[in-house]
Amino acid sequence: MTVIDHHPEMPVGAPAAHGKHLTNITLTIWRQSGPDAPGKFESYTIDSISDEASFLEMLDVLNEKLIGENLEAVTFDHDCREGICGTCSLMIDGQAHGPQKGTATCQLHMRKFESNATIVIEPWRATAFPIIKDLMVDRSAFDRIIESGGYITAPTGGAPDANLIPIAKPVSDAAMDSAACIGCGACVAACPNGAANLFTAAKVSHLNLLPQGQAERYSRTEAMVETMEEYFGSCTNHGECESACPKGISIDVIALMNKDYFKSKIKNRRNLDRN
Amino acid sequence: MKTTTDPRLNSKVPDGPMGDKWSSYKENMKLVNPNNKRKFKVIVIGTGLAGASAAATLAELGYQVDAFTFHDSPRRAHSIAAQGGINAAKNYHGDGDSVHRLFYDTIKGGDFRAREANVHRLAEVSVNIIDQMVAQGVPFAREYGGLLDNRSFGGSQVSRTFYARGQTGQQLLLGAYQQLARQIGLGGVTLYNRMELVDTVLVDGRCAGVVVRDLVTGQLQSHSAHAVVLATGGYGNVFFLSTNAMNCNVTAAWRAHRKGAMFANPCYTQIHPTCIPQSDPTQSKLTLMSESLRNDGRVWVPLAVGDERPPAQIPEAERDYVLERLYPSFGNLAPRDIASRAAKRAVDSGHGVGPLKNGVNLDFAAAIARLGKDVVQERYGNLFEMYERISGENPYDAPMRIYPASHYTMGGLWVDYELQTTIPGLYCAGEANFSDHGANRLGASALMQGLSDGYFVLPYTIGNELAPMLNKPVPGTDHPAFKQAEQDASDRYNGYLNIKGTRSPDHFHRELGQIIWDYCGMERTEQGLEKALSELPGLYEEFQKDLRVTGNGESLNQTLEKAGRVDDFFQLGMLMCRDALERNESCGGHFRVEYQDDEGEAKRDDENFAHVAAWEWSGDPMTSIRNTEELEFEAVHLATRSYK
Amino acid sequence: MAHAVNTRTKGNRGPVTGTATGQRKRKPFLLDLYSTSVGKKYVMAVTGIVMIGFVVVHMVGNLKMYLGAGDFNHYAEFLRELLVPILPRTVALWLFRGGLLASVLLHIHAAYGLTRVNHNARSVKYQSERDYQVANFASRTMRWTGIIITLFVLWHLADLTWGTLNAVGTNGTFVRGDVYNNVDRSLSRVPVAILYIVANIALGIHLFHGVWSLFQSLGWNNPRFNKWRRQLATGIATIVVVGNVSFPVAVLAGIVGN
Repeated sequence: MTVIDHHPEMPVGAPAAHGKHLTNITLTIWRQSGPDAPGKFESYTIDSISDEASFLEMLDVLNEKLIGENLEAVTFDHDCREGICGTCSLMIDGQAHGPQKGTATCQLHMRKFESNATIVIEPWRATAFPIIKDLMVDRSAFDRIIESGGYITAPTGGAPDANLIPIAKPVSDAAMDSAACIGCGACVAACPNGAANLFTAAKVSHLNLLPQGQAERYSRTEAMVETMEEYFGSCTNHGECESACPKGISIDVIALMNKDYFKSKIKNRRNLDRN
Repeated sequence: MKTTTDPRLNSKVPDGPMGDKWSSYKENMKLVNPNNKRKFKVIVIGTGLAGASAAATLAELGYQVDAFTFHDSPRRAHSIAAQGGINAAKNYHGDGDSVHRLFYDTIKGGDFRAREANVHRLAEVSVNIIDQMVAQGVPFAREYGGLLDNRSFGGSQVSRTFYARGQTGQQLLLGAYQQLARQIGLGGVTLYNRMELVDTVLVDGRCAGVVVRDLVTGQLQSHSAHAVVLATGGYGNVFFLSTNAMNCNVTAAWRAHRKGAMFANPCYTQIHPTCIPQSDPTQSKLTLMSESLRNDGRVWVPLAVGDERPPAQIPEAERDYVLERLYPSFGNLAPRDIASRAAKRAVDSGHGVGPLKNGVNLDFAAAIARLGKDVVQERYGNLFEMYERISGENPYDAPMRIYPASHYTMGGLWVDYELQTTIPGLYCAGEANFSDHGANRLGASALMQGLSDGYFVLPYTIGNELAPMLNKPVPGTDHPAFKQAEQDASDRYNGYLNIKGTRSPDHFHRELGQIIWDYCGMERTEQGLEKALSELPGLYEEFQKDLRVTGNGESLNQTLEKAGRVDDFFQLGMLMCRDALERNESCGGHFRVEYQDDEGEAKRDDENFAHVAAWEWSGDPMTSIRNTEELEFEAVHLATRSYK
Repeated sequence: MAHAVNTRTKGNRGPVTGTATGQRKRKPFLLDLYSTSVGKKYVMAVTGIVMIGFVVVHMVGNLKMYLGAGDFNHYAEFLRELLVPILPRTVALWLFRGGLLASVLLHIHAAYGLTRVNHNARSVKYQSERDYQVANFASRTMRWTGIIITLFVLWHLADLTWGTLNAVGTNGTFVRGDVYNNVDRSLSRVPVAILYIVANIALGIHLFHGVWSLFQSLGWNNPRFNKWRRQLATGIATIVVVGNVSFPVAVLAGIVGN
């Protein structure tokens, strides 16, 4: 088989000796008991943790300790812990998903940190991502964007044979690059403007590049952009989103979305498929 | 002890030749008029491949659908983590593939413990799945001419696996999620997120709805419907360490089981050979590396026990290339269960490598020397990178270390040909049911089954069930049965909070997982299973007396959520061990040491165990009742599964 | 006005359905585009191009001052006589000025609207320090360099167009049409020269991000030329700054002037 890797240059963790332990880690964590409650930073100490542990496992250790002390565990979103489901979040030392490039929080390991470090952990902040509790935020706004047009209408059962639509490999690969988005929201978290253009554009680009996506191309772009703007800030081309994206999705997709959005506005409206 | 089929386990397989059963079912099923479909409400629990595709399709047909996910978004379901691909009998490569061949491979791969008719239907609709997913915009890998690319996968001799880089599950799930999102946007589906099923409700022996817990507020809510679909995934997390996502659990299926849905073949679990071994005691999960690595990697361990030299310093003569030695013809590409057991034996006999001596080497030195580093990087670059990110070691320089881990569960709620459980009105789809993989699942078949159930089976079979119910009222959520279920659930969750013991749910989960892994993992023995069954009730009692859940039940409380799930895992764990103990044969993922041939291969007992074991809840998992559904094989011939 | 950010998020957790069935009210074509953030960015890019064109031409034209008073003043007169006799004298110039003014106002209005949207999009800031990775000084200070440039332009107009501030602190008087001496007089004042230098550096910083950014906003994206966008931005910013900063330096150094 051939595995095509579109980011071969992506740096990964430096090799480390096995069995090393980090000691005396101070965690400064945002605690907030509910959506409307005031929150504040609290400090905790991890006396010793293997450098093989992942960042979230370090939080597991902290939570076990807290439960041992009869305190409430720190709430944080996580699930697959292999970098694909997009559930994990966390602003770690001022960076979305922490200091390792191209890596979601769940695949960040403690070998990236030093003993005696102080690590500040904050939830992602955006008006559209209200805090539910502690480090957990509500990213449902992303679902609203997809619901408004992030699909190809294809009722079950009526599809033609899959090979009837040949798709040039570079086009298919480019669509796949965009489709790799895991919907974690790091782009919004990292953006100085709280914009979701990278998330939205990744989906627009995935579907608009494919022949199957052409019928709804402009109505999709128009609807998704306008839904996005009901919740999120605007893109001023800082590029922070691309840098924070665990899948390394390029801001080139935003340019494509901008272009298609403009076209959706100047096209004869009867040529948009709906409205 | 030749068994017979329990009358409640009527599979309702249509008559006729194997290849005509599904068409004949569709031709004869009852239909609901398009204008009447909106009078029916269907609840779908879970929004993975099976759930999302079922919800989207049912809504598209016109049913009112309520979809529930315990995630923040339907797109998080663990279907997303499947890497390898999805099988379909397209024969695009002209290498002799056909529906029958896919059907046969799946039956054989499942070690002849699956129901033929279901598997044949799966093979038939596999071709529609690919068409459907391509139409939805799934960016499957292409050849330069623009047509779809395929690759081959373990256990088959044809190229029938469609893939999207190493992220096939993600792309298929997003495809199904987008169809679901479209229906949410159009008003066909009502989505409830961060809601977990805590009970199913029966009125007059029929599933009338569910009770769910809002994870954000802790509130319990009842929802009634004409039919309920559980698409809630597998129970691999019973092992604590598995490749499943952290939140995967058995609760929905288990709660339905306790209300009367029989649980089939719980001992059929699949262990995946190429996972990254545990590296420290705090580890929370294991990460799977694509099986494709075994195409070029060579599995070996040092010949000497306790050899601690770095791998590069161990000369060829002092290495044992385990799989190449034991299975000369398949070599490093031996099927999952066989490769897994070989690794386990090497480690158990003290030949393990790595700081914890808990892995075997998967060495690419020969491939790099033969093909060059560039070719290896092109083939496996992203996997090597993932390995380095997790282990901190560079696999170009030193061998990877791998070890098997729990990965998939073939067992699940018993369903008939219509995917209906033994509770009328309650359906089960995807990994949560037991239906298509027998005792072992072939690679790239899980995605196929999830989508088949959701897109192409349930939308037909539910209609057949609902048609006669037109204009007959269903019980509302004010029915006493709902009130009772809410009260029970409330008592249950308050109970966890009020134990006020000393140990966390995770603590118990680790202990439970260790027992299940040791005695009901890759290799099982009568003695070991009996030991497990003697230890589990005691540990479960400690759980019930010494659990500590901090926080409260009125706001989001992940510790409390976990407590409920671990509770159900305990009960399931006991049933698993009992099922494994009762099944006195080796088949697929269930390997009983007592039942093997001279070469250590699994020995089936078709005389006595060519049946499905469907367990009936009796109030205590230690006394559950074992019922059977006899498996009839008419289209395939029972044969020994050999990969020598 | 832009869609208000966050009109339907917080506090209404519950089942969702029919989220895409609402009909949006459509404004007339151009207003419809301008009412969105992406549309505003488009307008900012287009008006940005107009102003970049102006700034470059302005700088190139001003290089005439190195040829002496005659050439420079002649160039100034030429601008007033542009397109004569198709149009009466100064009409073309006023049309340009009108277009330029409209661009400036639209650019500022769009920037104001976007700033408000962006502030609302993160109503509670990060409570710990951010560690920006690629957002550079230029991209993060667009707002401030923009304000500096606006204030400077007002000064600049009062200095050399209207003349009201041209002679303050000097012995001479502003003479309309005698561009060369007006420039010499103004920039001979050291604080004014410093003001011009500072403002032009701000302009350079603004251009460094703006020129690159407009490609994104307009969707002009092609792997063939993408890598040139940064070079182009750096080039234009450098040329404009070097050219414009050379004028006060040349005046102070006595290269330009009497």
